[in-house]
Amino acid sequence: MTAAVEFACVSRHFGPVTAPIKAVDGVDLTIAEGAFFAMLGPSGSGKTTCLRLISGFETPTSGQIRIFGQDVSQTPPHLRNVNTVFQDYALFPHMNVRDNVAYGLMVKGMGRAARYGRADEMLSLVKLDEYGDRKPGQLSGGQRQRVALARALVNEPRVLLLDEPLGALDLKLREAMQDELKALQKRLGITFVFVTHDQHEALSMADSLAVFNDGRIAQIGTPEQIYAQPRTRFVADFVGSSNVLPPAMTAALGGPAKWASLRPESMYLSASGPISGTVTALRYLGSGTRVVLRVGEADVAALVPTGAPVPQIGSASAFAFAPGALHVMEGE
Amino acid sequence: MTVPAIFAARGSADRLTGLFWRRPRLLLVLLLTPPLLWLGVVYLGSLATLLLQSFYSIDEFSGVVVPEFTLKTYAELLRPANFDVILRTVVMSAAVTLGCAVLSFPIAYFAARYAKGRWKAVFYLGVMLPLWSSYLVKVYAWKLILAKEGIITWAASATHTTAALDALLALPVIGGNSLSTSYLGMFAVFVYVWIPYMILPMQAALERVPTSMIEASADLGATRAQTFRTVILPLALPGVVAGSIFTFSLTMGDYIIPQIVGNSANFIGMAVYQLQGTAGNIPLAAAFAVVPIVIMLIYLGLAKRMGAFDAL
Ligand SMILES: Nc1ncnc2c1ncn2[C@@H]1O[C@H](COP(=O)(O)OP(=O)(O)OP(=O)(O)O)[C@@H](O)[C@H]1O
Ligand SMILES: [Mg+2]
Repeated sequence: MTAAVEFACVSRHFGPVTAPIKAVDGVDLTIAEGAFFAMLGPSGSGKTTCLRLISGFETPTSGQIRIFGQDVSQTPPHLRNVNTVFQDYALFPHMNVRDNVAYGLMVKGMGRAARYGRADEMLSLVKLDEYGDRKPGQLSGGQRQRVALARALVNEPRVLLLDEPLGALDLKLREAMQDELKALQKRLGITFVFVTHDQHEALSMADSLAVFNDGRIAQIGTPEQIYAQPRTRFVADFVGSSNVLPPAMTAALGGPAKWASLRPESMYLSASGPISGTVTALRYLGSGTRVVLRVGEADVAALVPTGAPVPQIGSASAFAFAPGALHVMEGE
Repeated sequence: MTVPAIFAARGSADRLTGLFWRRPRLLLVLLLTPPLLWLGVVYLGSLATLLLQSFYSIDEFSGVVVPEFTLKTYAELLRPANFDVILRTVVMSAAVTLGCAVLSFPIAYFAARYAKGRWKAVFYLGVMLPLWSSYLVKVYAWKLILAKEGIITWAASATHTTAALDALLALPVIGGNSLSTSYLGMFAVFVYVWIPYMILPMQAALERVPTSMIEASADLGATRAQTFRTVILPLALPGVVAGSIFTFSLTMGDYIIPQIVGNSANFIGMAVYQLQGTAGNIPLAAAFAVVPIVIMLIYLGLAKRMGAFDAL
């Protein structure tokens, strides 16, 4: 399969050359055609900048970007068959919803009847059939988000870029939209590049995901790989709030003297467990309770399912873990 | 000692704040009364008197105002000599507005989208500085610049472009003996003195167009020209209309520039000035003064119809 988007050592620096802000720093990346690709990372890690490099609103300071094999260094945004769902949706306030959706077809010279027909098809795809005559100001956040999606999809882009499109929605609507987006992507077969700082969203939606940190890619792989085999401490900590064990502790637990990760949900309370210490914090999460144990210098958390007995703060306790749950990390 | 849950009022300021909190309308009324008195009585009152005067007429023999309702004075406006004055003023105001809009747009666009920090200060200074010097000084300075022996004639001869200048002055109607005695010169001076009133609202409107809107347009495949026509202009139109109201009405009401620059053809402002002064024909002066108001109302109605305020 061809690659939809390729980054070859791409950097984007801002500010003075002497002390640049390295928004994106030496990123290598291949996004397969038809994939649902997620970019995950904390605020300021360069996700938006990466999307803007693909859409053409930023130009790389160095490196090369290819879209379906073609170098796009000389291609302005309006000639890239790539569309964006903006973080703030950026709907045109002076046009009604139908005109917003038909905009891309209008500027390409399609006649009124034809483009309105296509716009209405798109609106029914995102379940907004009745809303064509409204102004964007008269829509809820979730509806606006769907208009933005329809406006991008009507152009039949080869790649769709989504910048935290669900950030402004409440949890319930967000989960519904996640499922809708995922189903839509499968149906249309368009390559989606999806930016989020929500790890659950990234893990549940993506075929493949890149974890960003400080403008660099910390790890790239399938959600399973990222979750079960984090390469660095940062990834282990950021994706799924894992326990990060220092080398001495890993060695004590029978591993090599390297940093390791241990998922809270693969641990259970056991009086004879190898990890013993004092309970310092309890956090009730609904489906379970997160029990934090102070072990020497480190904090180790375990998830105790609701119903099972929970130790008291200050008492001595011990954890055991399932065989194979200890993951030794290659990187720092 | 325990901290009180409710503090005692410390003085009149606390009591007043409390009063305003309990009666929010009171503060509003107190704040609005003086300006509303001014606006309502002094401003709208005199406007109403003006309107009233325009429906009176003057006795042709005695020259005394007859305070009886009549449309005679308005009919007089339609006499060719008077109608020419109106037409000339409206055409000049429209031309000045258009000239200001075309010249302002690039400046306002630069200031709104690109100028940062120091350049923004330079922009504001550059636009406002001319407003700080006397209007009369500027107009007389322009008269000298445009005069037959002025800088422009000199510059034309120095650059061997006298022929072009002569060709310009040879144009029918707008040309003339020299720039300072032609409509062209008057147009230039009008544009110069009123352009800040176009640039500033335009810049404010353009600044309110989010960058992401312009990027969304390009993202959807629009060229720069299409983005300008379908996104930037409609969103900035309220600002352009606001600016055009200034330039249009300021030009329509001006009575000094047409006296100093140009071929001494009559304009509405001059007509009002002469009619209420030497001629003592207050009703006709009032009727003339109503014309710009009516034209502005028509203009605003058209702008609204065209959707200029949809993005407000
Ligand atoms: N135009 C710019 N000028 C200067 N610095 C910039 C510019 N754009 C981005 N940056 C910097 O680059 C870094 C990465 O920004 P970016 O917007 O890509 O982050 P992000 O991962 O999208 O964050 P968030 O999750 O908060 O949206 C930040 O430190 C930001 O301050
Ligand atoms: Mg961002």
